[in-house]
Amino acid sequence: MHEMGIAMEIMEIVKASIPAEMKDARVEKVNLKVGKLSAIVVDSLRFCFNLVVKDSPLEGVELAVEEVPVVARCKDCRHQWTIDQPVFTCEKCQSGTIDILSGRELDISSIEIEDENED
Amino acid sequence: MWFITNQTPKRNHKGHQHHGPHDHHTNEVKTKKSGTRKIKVVKRVLDANDMMADRMRTVFNDKKVFVLNMMSSPGSGKTTTLEKTLARIMPDLNCAVIVGDICTTQDADRLAKSGAPVIQINTDAFGGDCHLAAHVVEKAVANLNLDTIDLLIVENIGNLVCPAEFDIGEDKRVVVLSVTEGEDKPAKYPLMFRECNATLLNKTDLLPYLDFDMDLVRTSIGKIHPGMPIFEISAKTEDGFDQWIGWLVGNVKEKLGM
Repeated sequence: MHEMGIAMEIMEIVKASIPAEMKDARVEKVNLKVGKLSAIVVDSLRFCFNLVVKDSPLEGVELAVEEVPVVARCKDCRHQWTIDQPVFTCEKCQSGTIDILSGRELDISSIEIEDENED
Repeated sequence: MWFITNQTPKRNHKGHQHHGPHDHHTNEVKTKKSGTRKIKVVKRVLDANDMMADRMRTVFNDKKVFVLNMMSSPGSGKTTTLEKTLARIMPDLNCAVIVGDICTTQDADRLAKSGAPVIQINTDAFGGDCHLAAHVVEKAVANLNLDTIDLLIVENIGNLVCPAEFDIGEDKRVVVLSVTEGEDKPAKYPLMFRECNATLLNKTDLLPYLDFDMDLVRTSIGKIHPGMPIFEISAKTEDGFDQWIGWLVGNVKEKLGM
């Protein structure tokens, strides 16, 4: 529901991440990681992002989203598994003390910029 | 838009790991393919929020203020629970409340009767937000004299989805689920129940009229967040309040060394 705010935040981070010497170059792609346990609907985010970048230097940039599964590791038996149901007890020993290794991401991993100066 | 009443004269947050403030300076440029450069960024989109929340947490620790973030869907009985809770714990504890809603000051007016300073945040000025973000809470906190406060309760905007995502510098988070909402809600909104430190199952006075399966909801919450305390309460009759208040006051006193 807060995808618009997230889209605006992404735009700001992308703008701030463009190296000074490439300020006028076109950003082609933003690579984003979204964990399955984050409260983000990817389709809504894409829709909002396209609205946010419209009429800006980032218009037309591709938002590439990699969805990250929820992976947990049991603190008791060290078993590691992927959670795909709302069950956060160890699937092997039923322990309730686990570490969530991934699935909470909402991270920009990289941006791809057109480089006209390249050989 | 801000509404302030009863003004005085003048986590450990667990869960997601925050990147440091300087991570974004380590941008690394490498050529990916002809005509395109790939620039490594590695930055949490919510970094700005999390850094502000961490800053507030430091202030709350310095000022010895315990902060409770109270979340739920609309109509679960957060405000009534809070009214009854304040009546029991004041004046032993000096309390203040920040209450978030999209519109109206009704909750603030009700809570102000407790005598606690109450700050109403209406998010329509921020686009009708679905949650309270750290910067909004920080502005509201600027209107409070933290030296005179032991317990600051933030009544978040009614929503079981988004508020769970936003750290506001709190010590503990509680979710209120009323039995009229159905026992399936924890499984439908696992992040909220995963992120909270206690669940209040409210409106238990209505159980005789419902088909609510208490065992099922307890099992469901137990799978999502094993070991999390679950308090069955009725904000109307105050049944079960002793245990809930005991948990809350115990946590506040532990932090404040009272």
